[in-house]
Amino acid sequence: MSELKIVFVGHVDHGKSTIIGRLLYDTKSLPQGIIDKVQRIADETGKNFEFAYLLDAFAEERQQGITIDTTQLKFSTPARDYLIIDAPGHKEFLKNMISGAANANAAFLVIDAQSGVREQSRRHAYLLSLLGIKKIFVLVNKMDLVDWDEKIFRAVVSEIKNFLAPLKVMPEKFIPVSGFLGDNITSRSKNLSWYAGETLIETLDKIGGIEENFSAALRFPIQDVYKFDERRIIVGRIEAGTLHVGDKIKIFPEGRETIVKEFAWWQERDKKISARAGESVGIIVEDEFFNKRGEIIATGNAPQISNRLRASVFWMGKNFLTVGKSYKLKMATAEVEATVEKIIRTIDAATLESQKISVKLKRDDVGEIIFKLKEKIAFDDFGKCPATGRFVLIDGWDVAGGGIVLSAENSEADGTIFTNGEQNFRAELFDEFYYDVEQRKITQVAEPQNEIYRVGDKIQTAGFSYDYPADFDIILLNESAFVKIRDAEIISIGRLADYTFEKVPHVNGRGFGLKVNTSAQFEELLREFRAVENPRELADFSNKYFFLNQFRTLKFYFDYVI
Amino acid sequence: MDRLDELESESIYILREAYCKLGKLGMLWSIGKDSTVLLWLAQKAFFGHVPFPFIHVDTLRKIPAMIEYRDRVAKELGIKLIVHTNWDAVKIGASPALGRLECCRLLKTEGLKQVVKLYGFDGLIVGVRRDEEGSRSKERVFSERNESDAWDYTNQPPEFWNQFKTDFPKGHHIRVHPLLSWTELDIWEYIRRENIPIIDLYFAKNGKRYRSLGCACCTGQIDSEADTLEKIIEELKSTNVGERAGRAQDNEDSYALQKLRREGYM
Repeated sequence: MSELKIVFVGHVDHGKSTIIGRLLYDTKSLPQGIIDKVQRIADETGKNFEFAYLLDAFAEERQQGITIDTTQLKFSTPARDYLIIDAPGHKEFLKNMISGAANANAAFLVIDAQSGVREQSRRHAYLLSLLGIKKIFVLVNKMDLVDWDEKIFRAVVSEIKNFLAPLKVMPEKFIPVSGFLGDNITSRSKNLSWYAGETLIETLDKIGGIEENFSAALRFPIQDVYKFDERRIIVGRIEAGTLHVGDKIKIFPEGRETIVKEFAWWQERDKKISARAGESVGIIVEDEFFNKRGEIIATGNAPQISNRLRASVFWMGKNFLTVGKSYKLKMATAEVEATVEKIIRTIDAATLESQKISVKLKRDDVGEIIFKLKEKIAFDDFGKCPATGRFVLIDGWDVAGGGIVLSAENSEADGTIFTNGEQNFRAELFDEFYYDVEQRKITQVAEPQNEIYRVGDKIQTAGFSYDYPADFDIILLNESAFVKIRDAEIISIGRLADYTFEKVPHVNGRGFGLKVNTSAQFEELLREFRAVENPRELADFSNKYFFLNQFRTLKFYFDYVI
Repeated sequence: MDRLDELESESIYILREAYCKLGKLGMLWSIGKDSTVLLWLAQKAFFGHVPFPFIHVDTLRKIPAMIEYRDRVAKELGIKLIVHTNWDAVKIGASPALGRLECCRLLKTEGLKQVVKLYGFDGLIVGVRRDEEGSRSKERVFSERNESDAWDYTNQPPEFWNQFKTDFPKGHHIRVHPLLSWTELDIWEYIRRENIPIIDLYFAKNGKRYRSLGCACCTGQIDSEADTLEKIIEELKSTNVGERAGRAQDNEDSYALQKLRREGYM
């Protein structure tokens, strides 16, 4: 069986490194050299032998007493091999925790029995669920410091259960342990006789194998195309499904169809006629289209094709992630410029409180975001195929965030839609305008949800940065449509050709007042609008006919909370 | 897929990412077992048409059999090989008499820096493994080095979901580590499976063998009767002595290799 990658997460000082050090030491998985080195350092500093030091190989870490980066250590039981990733718990090192945890098959959340569930315990538990790790175990550590008290263990268990329930995260097991003394790590504890369950090591060996993705629809993202000789070889790794010589394949986003002619190989022994998920291969296809990196070769269900997507994003960047800003998005082998169109909500990872209407994510925030991509790409919902449904975001030179795709969005940007049952008309009437005092620029924020309005619906006439009267007409110039509002209720929606001018206030699709008082002035406005040919003329037209601040204003803000 | 299949696939993926994203590439070949496995993986990744040169930083203090093996294999495989020596250091008499760390710094670290500058490499493929030594266990697969080749290991970007660091300022370069997840045992099992020709210094003669290769002056042998691949694999399965135990420079102080690597050592 192939090795299982496991990660230990939890609040700083809750004892992750000690538990791992103990696990490795008790199972004789460490070379004598490392033990000697830690012993030597213990002797030099006059301190006790610390199991955590076995992992903390760097000088600085010993000085600061916290783990800086993930260390990866091999470990074996007679049952199988493990790769243990020690994810650090210190708050400012969240990005390293992500590095470690994102690649794990199973996770152990370590909680100090004395101090209980803390901010980082919650945050890490939430991130584990966001990273799609389904097998989560809870270790209630330092039981020796609470007199092995079952009541305290139960209280911690119920606290973490309550927090995880809304996330639909159900830990497989809760184990009381003492990393310092070794209780319930590799051997059953006499002090914890009330606990009838398994030890850490027994638990590890019982974790089911990695679910292999062979029977799924084929997903083969193109990594590169080589032309070293007369052949054109498409290379990449198969992320899901299987691929055989003779298979009829489609290459997305275009959906071109061709047939697999053969696999490329260097030595005779590597010759093959089929390959499956996990293999890095090279293939030659019958029709030599201009195939390129980022495209996905598929059979079975087609992937999503879109230039807009909705995703859960965790942000690790020094700078804020802001609405309107563009990032490089890397998903499987695709790279595309992605603009943050809308932040639907931000979620405080420690409390799970959701904040609607946001314009930025700060470091360590999680948010649900709609991205607009510069071009259409092929991808999957994370739930259907993780490898082609997760991405990282590059800000400047570095990875600053990661995300999982919740769904593809329609290519049409959403926002406020008025419908008369036959036609939909888009407007930005209820968007908010903010002046960011830090970045010193104006940001337009769309309605948090894609709202659809029909005749008979009531509208909210006042927002943070707008205040419409109870009676007014909306003139959607781009859509050639109108909406009549009377007593804050929509009484008609139609084409401008059918519009009757009334002496009520008028606004355009963005909520700017129209400088018209009479039917004749209105007709003149329409005539001039139709004559507009370029942005310069549009600006002149707007200055002539729109009030910026009749019903709208600009609100200052300094943080993402509005 | 078994473990070796998975490791092979991952390493090939990494090599192809490096070639696709990094511009001018070179691969360090130290003649040792790890970088010889890497050479093999590169042949597989590019179907025998490895599109970048191999580099050997020659300290002129290597075990003579290594140089003989290097020149023979390079000829047999028809690979492009760059051999570079830091002659400035040789001229001033760099030797372990200056201190082993200083000798390593001059002949290896500085020699390597010179090659990177001389050829303008954006990416340098190196066969280090996480299990070799503490500071290497913290490495990234794509690890950035700044203009002065320094490694800022306290401030590394996250690396996950097979997305590697491919964006960096001009003048910086990336150390690519395709073997990071391999263990010493994996290396030997793969050598056996693939029947990779390996230098015979690793096989025991008269009760001694090299477990790790380096300069003649600083590389010791271990007591061993392992004179076949099978016996080496058996020996590794039962040993609890560190792989670099025979490397004198590591034992100069507790953080020797970390100090060297921060300045650009491989």
